[in-house]
Amino acid sequence: MSDVLAVADHRRGDLRDVSYEIITAGRELADETGGDLHLAVISGTVDEFAEKLDREGVDAIHTVDYGEEFNHGVYAQTVTQLYDDLAPQYVLTPNSVNGLDYAPAVANELGLPLVTDTVGLETDGDTLTATREMYGGKVETTTELEGQAVVTIRGAEWPAADGTGDATIEAFDVDVDEDALGTTVNGFEEVGGGDVDIGEADVLVSVGRGIEEEENLEIIEELADALDATVSASRPIVDNGWLPKNRQVGQSGKVVTPDVYVAIGISGAVQHVAGMKGSDTIVAINTDPNAPIMDIADYAITDDLFDVVPALTERFQ
Amino acid sequence: MKILVTVKEVATVEDEFEIEGTEIADQYLGADLNEWDDYAVEEAVQLQEAGIADEVVTVTIGPEDCEQTIRQALAKGADRAVRVWDDALEDVDLLDVEAKTEILRGVVEEEDPDLVLSGVQSGDDSWGATGVSLAEELGFEWAAVVNHLEHDLDDGIASVRRELEGGVEELTDVELPAVLTIQTGINEPRYASLRGIRQAQRKPLDVQTLADVGVDETVVDSDLELTDMYEPESESDVTVWEGSAEETAGELADLLEEKGVAP
Ligand SMILES: Cc1cc2nc3c(=O)[nH]c(=O)nc-3n(C[C@H](O)[C@H](O)[C@H](O)COP(=O)(O)OP(=O)(O)OC[C@H]3O[C@@H](n4cnc5c(N)ncnc54)[C@H](O)[C@@H]3O)c2cc1C
Ligand SMILES: Nc1ncnc2c1ncn2[C@@H]1O[C@H](COP(=O)(O)O)[C@@H](O)[C@H]1O
Repeated sequence: MSDVLAVADHRRGDLRDVSYEIITAGRELADETGGDLHLAVISGTVDEFAEKLDREGVDAIHTVDYGEEFNHGVYAQTVTQLYDDLAPQYVLTPNSVNGLDYAPAVANELGLPLVTDTVGLETDGDTLTATREMYGGKVETTTELEGQAVVTIRGAEWPAADGTGDATIEAFDVDVDEDALGTTVNGFEEVGGGDVDIGEADVLVSVGRGIEEEENLEIIEELADALDATVSASRPIVDNGWLPKNRQVGQSGKVVTPDVYVAIGISGAVQHVAGMKGSDTIVAINTDPNAPIMDIADYAITDDLFDVVPALTERFQ
Repeated sequence: MKILVTVKEVATVEDEFEIEGTEIADQYLGADLNEWDDYAVEEAVQLQEAGIADEVVTVTIGPEDCEQTIRQALAKGADRAVRVWDDALEDVDLLDVEAKTEILRGVVEEEDPDLVLSGVQSGDDSWGATGVSLAEELGFEWAAVVNHLEHDLDDGIASVRRELEGGVEELTDVELPAVLTIQTGINEPRYASLRGIRQAQRKPLDVQTLADVGVDETVVDSDLELTDMYEPESESDVTVWEGSAEETAGELADLLEEKGVAP
């Protein structure tokens, strides 16, 4: 019980970045436990995926050629059967939307402790120390546990593994109980299209929950007009129906990389930051000097947006 | 059809706070209904208004203090509430997913709903896992991160959309009984009306102990131990402009001009 089993993530024919990052996280743990790093690739063009995933540090890749796309039942059954075969100390999955659709079920079925959304992992071979965030990133915590566990890792926290490996690649003969598959995936749909592409904008004036009321959006639009910029938003503004989905920046919205991103009344939750951290210059206007957005901002004004935004607009009118 | 909604009172933190040991000091904490659960309650109430659900029951694991928060769900239209609490839970500083799963299982087995709605995650400790874990425990089907649910629920199937990353939605059919973890934006949660708030005071709120829901006290013995809490070290070299709003806005305006942004 010193091996690590990590599971890759892919969608519609492409491996997702976290699949390479989980190799790095898994290798680091396996180095300490003294075991091997096993990787599972389930559904889709598994042979092609396996070839890409054969990077430095991977000892074995188990492919499961069953179905095209993610189905949580197939994933959960495969991972539990692999677990029975390999008895790994740690099972690692991405903390992606799909990861969260099977990892908790696997942990519960196997009776293993579960730690989700980790941003750091260390082990001395017995004790696992996981770093997580709480309260939307305001604090970090460490959680310890002995022995085996199922752990999900946050994307973009570990570097992608590179190099070429010499892993054994083998088809894993999973016995899928089809009667137990109670969900059917019928397809996908892209949302958030429309006339405006915030991904094209050079300057984004982005508004968050700090704006409080729909009618207050006016001051944001006035600023954007004065700057000849485009308005984008964090999720709650779109959830409230105050702006259309195509304005949403973040994990489930758009990834943007403008020259200047002005975050107004946005706390900087990880799912938001995932969509804008590549911006050239980031400016935050936020009353909270400890808001997580401050960690990635280049410039900040820790003051009331209702004072700062109109003053700024006035300068350009 | 009967719908059970899991609801949690979450802790909110003020801008300035202090940490004591592995907790944020009490005086900096507030409380609110978990944002995701608010959407789950609304979805259930809409299913009731559409004549599809006959009864909507909320369940929470939490101390007496959280009753006011839980009654918000009753004020918005849920019929009754179950609250599980026990002396054994009093000093637990980490109620992990495994423990919540076992306790909630006790309630679900008692209530026997056709559909369980939970939130995608708790806003405070963000495990994002309780709903799916509970489904597995119950032998129910499930779907995580649901941002649309067809309200006909014909033939024992829930047709949902799961919100994946990058503006892609997955269209999925889920056999009932099932647990769906509800994502924000699936609907527009209502504000409780004054009448609703008054009525909520009279709706049943049933308090149960661990023994009542058939769970042993050892459920609180977690494999996980919270060992530290700290403010993340800032890696940033952010330039913070000081002064009046006119002054700071002036600094930003200068920067924008320098970057060639301003027209
Ligand atoms: C699966 C999943 C996917 C998600 N996808 C996305 C996504 O794509 N995009 C996204 O944005 N979020 C996403 N989220 C939600 C994310 O977790 C946060 O809830 C959200 O980003 C918070 O938005 P916010 O910063 O506007 O609001 P809050 O976190 O509430 O922050 C409001 C900020 O405004 C500040 N403020 C308040 N009043 C003022 C004032 N008068 N002047 C100045 N500042 C003020 C506050 O200090 C605070 O920092 C997702 C969550 C999940 C679970
Ligand atoms: N103490 C609790 N009582 C009732 N429901 C809970 C509790 N904790 C979590 N849940 C439910 O599980 C969902 C996911 O929470 P979590 O897995 O803790 O992030 C929440 O949105 C709630 O619906």
